[in-house]
Amino acid sequence: MAREIVAAIGTGQTEFKRHHSDKTYVELAQSATKTALEDAGLHPDEIEAVVFSMAPTQFAGVNDIDRWAIEHVWGAGKPFMRVHTGGATGGSAFHAGYFHVASGQYRTVLVVGADRVAETPDAQHVLNLIWDKFYEQDFALNTVTMTALAAQRYMHRYGITEEQFARVVVRARHNANGNPFAHLKGDISVEDVMASQRVAYPFKRHDICPRSSGAAAVVLANLETASQKCTSPVFINGVGAIAHSVFMGDRLGFWSDTEFADHDGCILAARHAYRQAGITDPVREFDVAEIYDPFSSFQFPQLESLGFCGRGRAAEISDRGGWDMDGVVAVNPSGGTLCTNPIGVTGLVRHIDAVLQIMGRAGQNQVSRASKAVATAIGGSTQFFTVSVLGSDHVGIGRGA
Amino acid sequence: MSTISSSDSMVIPGEWHVRYNYSVGKVAGRFFEGLKDRKVFATRCSKSGITYLPPRAYCERSFEPCDEWVEAGQEGVIEAATIVTAQFEGLRTPPYAIAYVRLDGVSTALCNFVEREDLSDVPAAAARLKPGVRVRVEFIPEPQGRITDFHYVRQAV
Repeated sequence: MAREIVAAIGTGQTEFKRHHSDKTYVELAQSATKTALEDAGLHPDEIEAVVFSMAPTQFAGVNDIDRWAIEHVWGAGKPFMRVHTGGATGGSAFHAGYFHVASGQYRTVLVVGADRVAETPDAQHVLNLIWDKFYEQDFALNTVTMTALAAQRYMHRYGITEEQFARVVVRARHNANGNPFAHLKGDISVEDVMASQRVAYPFKRHDICPRSSGAAAVVLANLETASQKCTSPVFINGVGAIAHSVFMGDRLGFWSDTEFADHDGCILAARHAYRQAGITDPVREFDVAEIYDPFSSFQFPQLESLGFCGRGRAAEISDRGGWDMDGVVAVNPSGGTLCTNPIGVTGLVRHIDAVLQIMGRAGQNQVSRASKAVATAIGGSTQFFTVSVLGSDHVGIGRGA
Repeated sequence: MSTISSSDSMVIPGEWHVRYNYSVGKVAGRFFEGLKDRKVFATRCSKSGITYLPPRAYCERSFEPCDEWVEAGQEGVIEAATIVTAQFEGLRTPPYAIAYVRLDGVSTALCNFVEREDLSDVPAAAARLKPGVRVRVEFIPEPQGRITDFHYVRQAV
């Protein structure tokens, strides 16, 4: 149970693109840190602890790269930890930062990370190595084929088409036009997505996120500090997280208590987060959802598991524009992970985009009167799920579990 | 007075070469021995009733040791499949099909390739490998005691 109310009081991002040839990895992390500290109005000495958000370091090519970054993010002489839950890393790091402050141990925490996914020519070779050496690595599993397997199953269960996935990409690219940090921008059509090169059924090239480089940082603070430093703090009112077995086959079939195709780890994580935040009717209460969607198939099962609609219904709501900027709930007004995926900080970027919406600082992508948002991250063999509830008001402490 | 100037295009190349020897352990070792005899062995927990592939030493539901080895059926049902048509560095040359199959008598699904499929029409091939379709295990001519000793083929093929 939280002892302190926790708020985000400053954020920093670099531009995300394939290569940052003008900066090293650590200089990128430093750049986002500097922006976040200035945004929060804090001197580096006023940060009491640092949580570093970084997934596999083989993409960037320096083993345990967080250690290289410590002095660059002004972490020397402070408690410092790296968090790594694959694609969920940014969500887990955000949660770790939250717990640092909620526990009453620290008044201010910097959560920061960077990634350079395209430093190596093919990230999927590295991603294959997350699977079990004895039984699964030999079968070309990687994040693309893993997700393709889940998507084929989801399509079969609920009668969803490739074109319905393609519309998610169209919306994402359109939204990204208004995001100065986004990697892929520019309007494309359903036909463009359908005509792009087939990769792994049902995915074509445009159904898949880019490999991005860049950095992100957020400053978290207790209520007293937030009140002194920030006119529009964004409160973290609920956090939930769930891990599953690495074996996806354990989550397939009639006996399993979780369902691989449904991203139902989100149900369990959301239940915890919603209880803490007092959320009972997600579709009415949330103005914005910033959810983890590196593939066009990720939004539908996740929105359903987050309680925005019934199982198998998200696609038809998408077809009617229900997840557009002016829809029932604005889903990924930033353009989401489909347009920007610096893996080690992607979850953090989801949280930052949600924070900016509630602060009213999302610029061209601002959802009017946004006051409550949900942010998610997913990682590993679709095995780590994090859910965070953010709001312009705090719910007090001592609620929920 | 000098200023820092940069050459934007400059990169320094690098490669990692790392060698490993993975200890198989008793449970996987027993499984791999079975493959040499063209048998697929699963572990079962009598307390929970769950039969695991890949085999597990402990049941994740009952927290008890899996106390029985059982031979899995050599037929089963597809739970998820995909057709891969792009080359990933270091991985198999496309096209190929991957599926999770729940073998008869087993509670969980096991990953492998599905061979001898016509993959020229990708959506049509994906439809032929939809969840619920039955497949069988087919061993290679000389099993080596590795997971790659077998693959799946559709029963109709």
